[in-house]
Amino acid sequence: MPLAVELKGVAFSYPGGQRVLEAVDVAVRPGEFVAVAGPNGGGKTTMLRVILGLERPSAGSAELFGEPAHRCSHRERLGYLAQRSGLSIDAPATVREVVAAGRLARGGLLGPLRRDDRHHVRQAIDRVGLGALADRPLTRLSGGQQQRAFVAKALAGEPDLLVLDEPTTGVDPEGQEALADMLARLHGQLGVTILYVSHEFGVVEHFVERLVLVRRTIVFDGPPGSLPGSWHDPSHAHA
Amino acid sequence: MPELLSSDFMRLAFATGAIVGLLAPAVGFFLVQRRLSLIGDGIGHVAFAGVAAGYLLGISPVLSALAASLIGAVAIEWLRSRRHAAGDQALALVFYTGIAAGVVLVSAAGALDVDLFAFLFGSILSVTSTDLLLVGLLGLGGLGVTGLLFRAFAGVVLDEEGARVAGLPIPFLNVTMAVLAALTVALSMRIVGVLLIAALMVLPVVAASSIAWSMRSTMLLAMGAGLVSVLAGLTLAYYADLPPGGTIVLVAAALYLGAAATQALRA
Repeated sequence: MPLAVELKGVAFSYPGGQRVLEAVDVAVRPGEFVAVAGPNGGGKTTMLRVILGLERPSAGSAELFGEPAHRCSHRERLGYLAQRSGLSIDAPATVREVVAAGRLARGGLLGPLRRDDRHHVRQAIDRVGLGALADRPLTRLSGGQQQRAFVAKALAGEPDLLVLDEPTTGVDPEGQEALADMLARLHGQLGVTILYVSHEFGVVEHFVERLVLVRRTIVFDGPPGSLPGSWHDPSHAHA
Repeated sequence: MPELLSSDFMRLAFATGAIVGLLAPAVGFFLVQRRLSLIGDGIGHVAFAGVAAGYLLGISPVLSALAASLIGAVAIEWLRSRRHAAGDQALALVFYTGIAAGVVLVSAAGALDVDLFAFLFGSILSVTSTDLLLVGLLGLGGLGVTGLLFRAFAGVVLDEEGARVAGLPIPFLNVTMAVLAALTVALSMRIVGVLLIAALMVLPVVAASSIAWSMRSTMLLAMGAGLVSVLAGLTLAYYADLPPGGTIVLVAAALYLGAAATQALRA
């Protein structure tokens, strides 16, 4: 089975800017729960964009499911939660409507949702514990509940790889714990590969099997337990 | 039959207006959510250049306006998506180029004496049965495409980057949205005019957003508000001898105030 993600010798610079990533090697096997952490500006979001095929590396190669990431033909296998602090639209989108958008890659673009798609939407909503709030506008939910709805959107497409970019943005500490618990449970139940990208990893430290610290290059890659004590705050990680 | 429907021109006006009243907010819904509320204005100014080109070339101003609107809408989308310009900059480029080209073309056509006022502010009372046929076919086609692609458009406005990551055909969907906006502007030109069309695409949506409970209900309420604006506006204009385009937009503005007051009372 091909690796879910493989970066080999990846370097990246924005046009006219300094090098953001340098000699990055990361391989993520199917079924792993990996946290990617690092200081703000350390390159983890750029690394994520390279993994998703939204940016092409200046050097090296990025593969997704064994194919070059920028022209991966199995994008429906990806579930993605973008970094956000809420909805960017004014219309009161309900949990069900947001989650249904995650079904587009599998269910097609035209017409209403088919019965099978509606089933997967309902299942994803139930999995994140928002069944009772399915028809409530997102704007009337807490930050933690909103993020759970976005996780459900990512799950609705039955992903093999779930990529979460700063999922605890705008979520209170209690909500962060609940979100982490839920991810650990989903990982156990579904066996989905999870890439959890955050500037701090404390909340998932006890769940993830592997921690990758990025500071322009990979400065640590291993079980969180083997991380030097002084490095637990990634903003102080030394290259 | 009520008196205002006893004449052919009013029946044509109501039928054409009803289609535009439904189409403009349906398409405007997605533009408002994408923070592109003024795109109708930008395309409207290009449509004005199209009207002028129609006079210069001796062809139907409605068809030349439709062609110009399509070019303008695709240009805005191209500028925006290629990141050559931010959304508002792309809009400004097309907006000012359109109005400048319109003035120059109108002058070149020696058409400054024609009733340009009718295109700027609408002339629904001069709608012909051919206009109704054109608006009916293209308008219902536009509504059909909007309904068919509702989920896909909703997915893009909710999370464009997420939709891109999922492999959805974003350029196709964005260009389709731009083409629908151009179609709406060109078809609505006779009803409210190029200077007021954006109002009919935006005000009903903003009004509906404040009292609706979902995306779908927002769109349906906005279409209802657009229809009420046109029908009530035309009726008011008929009995009070007011300009129809302006009256329709003022009714839409009143509906917004009513919705905002309802929201405030519920809060």
